[in-house]
Amino acid sequence: MANKRIDAPTGTEFVGHEWDGIEELNTPLPRWWLWTFYATIIFSLIYVVLYPAWPLIDRATAGTLGWSSRGALAKELAAAEAARQGTFQQIAATPIEALPARPELMQAAIAGGAAAFKVNCVQCHGAGAAGYQEHGYPNLNDDDWIWGGTLPEIEYTITHGIRWEADEATRVNFMPAFAGVLDAGQVGAVARHVLSLSGKARPSPAGAQVFADNCAACHGAGGEGNPAMGAPALNDAIWLYGSSEAAVRQQILGPRHGVMPAWQGRLDPVTIKMLAAYVFSRGGGQQAPAASPATATSAAADTPARKANPDG
Amino acid sequence: METVVKRLGVWALVLLAAICAIALTPDRGFAIHAGIVALVAVILIIATLGTYDPLAKAQSIFRMPPGPSRYDDDVVRWGVIATMFWGLAGLLVGVVIAAQLSFPWLNLEPYLNFGRLRPLHTSAVIFAFGGNALLATSFYVVQRTCRTTLALPGLARFVFWGYQLFIVLAATGYLLGITQSREYAEPEWYVDLWLTIVWVAYLAVYVATILRRHEPHIYVANWFYLAFIITIAMLHVVNNLALPVSLLGAKSYSAFAGVQDALTQWWYGHNAVGFFLTAGFLAMMYYFVPKQAGRPVYSYRLSIIHFWSLIFLYIWAGPHHLHYTALPDWAQTLGMVFSIMLWMPSWGGMINGLMTLNGAWDKVRTDPIIRMMVLALAFYGMSTFEGPMLSIKAVNSLSHYTDWTIGHVHSGALGWNGMITFACLYYLTPRLWGQARLYSLQMINWHFWLATLGIVFYAASMWVAGITQGLMWREYGADGYLVNSFVDTVAALHPMYVLRMVGGLLYLAGAAIMAFNLAMTIAGRQRDEAPLGETAHDAAADRPLLPQPAAEPAE
Repeated sequence: MANKRIDAPTGTEFVGHEWDGIEELNTPLPRWWLWTFYATIIFSLIYVVLYPAWPLIDRATAGTLGWSSRGALAKELAAAEAARQGTFQQIAATPIEALPARPELMQAAIAGGAAAFKVNCVQCHGAGAAGYQEHGYPNLNDDDWIWGGTLPEIEYTITHGIRWEADEATRVNFMPAFAGVLDAGQVGAVARHVLSLSGKARPSPAGAQVFADNCAACHGAGGEGNPAMGAPALNDAIWLYGSSEAAVRQQILGPRHGVMPAWQGRLDPVTIKMLAAYVFSRGGGQQAPAASPATATSAAADTPARKANPDG
Repeated sequence: METVVKRLGVWALVLLAAICAIALTPDRGFAIHAGIVALVAVILIIATLGTYDPLAKAQSIFRMPPGPSRYDDDVVRWGVIATMFWGLAGLLVGVVIAAQLSFPWLNLEPYLNFGRLRPLHTSAVIFAFGGNALLATSFYVVQRTCRTTLALPGLARFVFWGYQLFIVLAATGYLLGITQSREYAEPEWYVDLWLTIVWVAYLAVYVATILRRHEPHIYVANWFYLAFIITIAMLHVVNNLALPVSLLGAKSYSAFAGVQDALTQWWYGHNAVGFFLTAGFLAMMYYFVPKQAGRPVYSYRLSIIHFWSLIFLYIWAGPHHLHYTALPDWAQTLGMVFSIMLWMPSWGGMINGLMTLNGAWDKVRTDPIIRMMVLALAFYGMSTFEGPMLSIKAVNSLSHYTDWTIGHVHSGALGWNGMITFACLYYLTPRLWGQARLYSLQMINWHFWLATLGIVFYAASMWVAGITQGLMWREYGADGYLVNSFVDTVAALHPMYVLRMVGGLLYLAGAAIMAFNLAMTIAGRQRDEAPLGETAHDAAADRPLLPQPAAEPAE
């Protein structure tokens, strides 16, 4: 090397080139840098032998550990499955109405149902199961049940769905549209009568007459509803599509009918049972036959969500 | 006269084509884009026809020194202004979308919702702010390190203005909902074609300038700039191979399908980081750090080894963006090991930058520009360690899809790309406008601390948010069921999102101070302020105490 010029502060020699005043020192590669670089290369060489890495003509090397991401997932799922197996079998063997008698099993069912709910149900019923009034997805936290709120009834609803044509045993009913059947005055009167049942409007004798003639057969003389045929109770503060007079009128003239898919086939019976237990536990579960139908209107059931959105 | 007629003909044809496109297309967004092109053509026709020269007018507003300078720095000056402008715009949009994530009601449908503003933010900071910084500094550095002027000055101007048109088309396209839905490659086919033309022109200017250099060797910064320009051209072309539905509509479909499409996209996406934000900005570092420090580059040998290992290894690391997906296991493995081997080559740049300060470390105390460069290199080192770590599959299974990734990207973008760009702008502005010094050095200090605090808020909140998110997603209860639903994790992250917004605001405030400082510098003002780092010196007190002769008794 002809050039032996030394940089004073560092004691290193210059390379000898210069660009716009910038020079370069001939410092050797830092040892720790070089050895760490080598170490990462050695790690990589070992890793590509152990794990799938090299693409060949029709497949890739499998790696000496035999690891694959699908295999790892299957193993993890199998382990989780095995851990739950005992509880699963017990729940499967227990009729759903007998679950509450075995608190530890009921608790496990509710936990499993909560997990399944987060995956399958929150899209419509919301993360807190509070429903979505704008689209008529019912709130599952109150004690008002269109199709009944006992454990077997909830299980049936989840299994077969509501107005789900693919399932022959699905829950189905249709309220006739009264547009053209009742005149505008009658519709207004009966809407006011319906609202008066829960104290939201003054009683209307004309409306009461229309109600008795056209509505009482399904909804009951006092508007108490009939879970057996899925006729909602009209005498409480819980509304599927909104509690304003306009919303009620709209529902009389051209009723909307919600649809829920049947979950049998998509979910196994145990998961459906657990979902039923979870929904049952949300606060409004009804006891089997002995309990009276939900007639009392509790102030607590008038959830804030409904207050905030009265027009639905 | 003949050239005037020719030019008029060309612009008139462009105008005609744009008007035809507006008339014929059923696609509203495409019509608006054609309208922008028509507007540009009209401005060029007026400028060609009349004596009105919008460029000269603008140059007088921005007080650009008249007449030819020794180097061809006009484009560089425009690039500095564009970098400043797009930087502020991009950071502002970033703060807005951070606020939208914290307070969803800020989403203004449809044009200003998060989905449209997010690509606007990423493209504005990466391609508009970063891209203009790279354009400006590369034209500045290549001339000086080759001791020659730009080879194709007309083409260089086309590159700059053509690139601005690309930015405007891309940005308005996002707001109008025109997108390919490919991260960092959202612009549609016709904007991609335009960028390809601009980019090839950029390569031509750059290579031609290097070819006519008066130095025997090519300086290391130019290797990095060249690697950046060539690789971005390749990535851009391959990833944007697509078939338009109609020549009079914005929509196109990718040439790739399924997992091949995903892999192509992340081969592009990762190397946009590698060659745009790493190689390009290392080139800036390799010129401006030794210049500002007044010291020789630490190690020529290290620069060779880390350059070639970086270039070779980076291009294979993309599959680590697709861990635990439909991508075959072997490709994931290779993506991971190439990322791990990339650690030291990346750090080579940091070592060469930091160790260049050997013999000048005292400047960290006295020179706020050097301090910014040191912080930039420190963040570069941090994020190039974090990257390989996140590419390890076990770590990635926790971090992937979480805000940890966002934190990682921003410690690199705000810390490395942002800070080194700011330092370069502070270096360039007084020199380009012929000022003795910047308007204020103390304002750089303010900028430095605001930005640093902003990054700390941002990165720390996103680390906490990301790890919280990852742990909540995988949390199983004792009975073997997932504990949290997605919305539970969203609720848990809310405070972190607010903190992130505060960090972004601090960073934006620093950039606003910089814009003011640079604008005043350009205007030729100098703030009357105490110099930094100088301790008071009292010459009168600077003498030994001499023994006083004993007083004679008065007698």
